[in-house]
Amino acid sequence: MHWTEYFGPLAEGAWVTVQLTVYSTILGAILAFASGIGKLSSNWAIKAVSVAYIEVFRGTSLLVQLFWLYFALPLAGMALGIDLRLPPVMAGVLALGLNIGAYGAEVVRGAIQSVHKDQHEAARALNFTSRQTLWTITIPQAIPEMMPSFGNLAVQNLKDTALVSLISLGDLTFRAEQIRNFTQDSTTIYSMLLVAYFGMALVLTALMRGLEAYVSRWRMAGS
Amino acid sequence: MTDPIIKFDKVVKRFGDLTVLNKLDFEVQRGEKVSIIGPSGSGKSTVLRILMTLEGIDGGVVTVDGEPLWHEKAPDGTLKPASETHLRKMRTQLGMVFQQFNLFPHMTVLRNITEAPVKVLGLSKKEARQRAEELLELVGLADQAQKYPGQLSGGQKQRVGIARALAMRPNILLFDEPTSALDPELVGEVLNVIRKLADEHDLTMLLVTHEMRFAKEISDRVCFFDRGRIREEGTPEELFTDPNEDRTREFLAAVLDEAPGTTG
Ligand SMILES: Nc1ncnc2c1ncn2[C@@H]1O[C@H](COP(=O)(O)OP(=O)(O)OP(=O)(O)O)[C@@H](O)[C@H]1O
Ligand SMILES: [Mg+2]
Repeated sequence: MHWTEYFGPLAEGAWVTVQLTVYSTILGAILAFASGIGKLSSNWAIKAVSVAYIEVFRGTSLLVQLFWLYFALPLAGMALGIDLRLPPVMAGVLALGLNIGAYGAEVVRGAIQSVHKDQHEAARALNFTSRQTLWTITIPQAIPEMMPSFGNLAVQNLKDTALVSLISLGDLTFRAEQIRNFTQDSTTIYSMLLVAYFGMALVLTALMRGLEAYVSRWRMAGS
Repeated sequence: MTDPIIKFDKVVKRFGDLTVLNKLDFEVQRGEKVSIIGPSGSGKSTVLRILMTLEGIDGGVVTVDGEPLWHEKAPDGTLKPASETHLRKMRTQLGMVFQQFNLFPHMTVLRNITEAPVKVLGLSKKEARQRAEELLELVGLADQAQKYPGQLSGGQKQRVGIARALAMRPNILLFDEPTSALDPELVGEVLNVIRKLADEHDLTMLLVTHEMRFAKEISDRVCFFDRGRIREEGTPEELFTDPNEDRTREFLAAVLDEAPGTTG
């Protein structure tokens, strides 16, 4: 097998990695907003659920979360008489999204709290409800604040997708491993793997920068 | 006199151990233009912030348009602490212009002015826009509607701040040192706008300021605050030209000395 023939299977794997990254980052962003805002809620039940989620998923390793979802959950389900077997892609996206969401939650919470008190006072003087204040005043100003950290988390997430190869998901790392077993050409294949992840990270970083510039338009205006 | 629109009845306000307002009695009549002057820390901002419901009280009763602001009447006639619903109802009477403008930096000038009328008062976008355009005309910024606050000068920002507060059609407008954060050459344009509003018969205005000449010009009454109490009050002529109290005289001498020939 000539090294140029590695491209086919690697590209297939890379596509799976891209999908995993995109889906789990989106899931993570939703969870990050929900639990980051939830943690600041005055409703204790919402707050408790948010805090529990954040602490559990930040306090355990991604690999264990992944194994738990893929191997343990079905057994737990069986004991309860429910089918909780997840397809590998689903388990991968869930584990990655839940994990990144817990880290993102702290970013969301911090950014929301960094919005100046003056803004809340102006909102109150104009008689906005606290919900209107959150959605029209606080969050839009907090989002640009979150973007650099979100960019880092997204790249972190991309790199973490390599772990899903351990539940036999055909991502980039899994394909590379297959080729290596077949050809024993470790140097070439791992070098290609390195370059491929690096390239994807560059693209992702550029995308996140673009998104950051988009949500921060008003900051660039004038001054 | 008729019923005052604002009434502080033995109002106490503390921050920890510090008693900022000590049984303050203070009344403002409908349509009256009142300036509040006094040394730093005397409680001037606190009075406005209590009225705007940004700060609660620790004793006494504040009444706005005959209704207690920080209290609600329970069915048995006693007063209990106000609910958020009550505060929201009361707040519709009041508007505030902040020293640091407090514009929403992520919204255009137009949206800064239309957002609350649409979301809070339920105006249609079209109505709110029309109202905003009239107000921008009034404050001389008709051509700046699509800019962001970051693109404006301090004087322009404060004029937007005034337009934003007016868009809610308050009966009472509170100004907390509206020109203190401005470069001297920009003070005049803001004072000109406030001067126009002072001609509005129905609008009650409460102005905390260090611009003594301006206070003298537009006020019906000037109150000199000192350590959380009104040390002296009267018409601008009485207070500025012939104060009774030594404290007032000292204060006026000090501020007029430090800012000779201030604008307005
Ligand atoms: N949130 C707060 N926490 C603690 N102390 C406060 C708070 N707000 C105001 N104070 C104190 O209360 C006193 C009165 O404050 P206030 O802002 O009303 O004064 P002021 O007359 O407006 O002064 P200035 O001319 O400096 O604006 C000051 O001593 C101030 O330090
Ligand atoms: Mg003050």
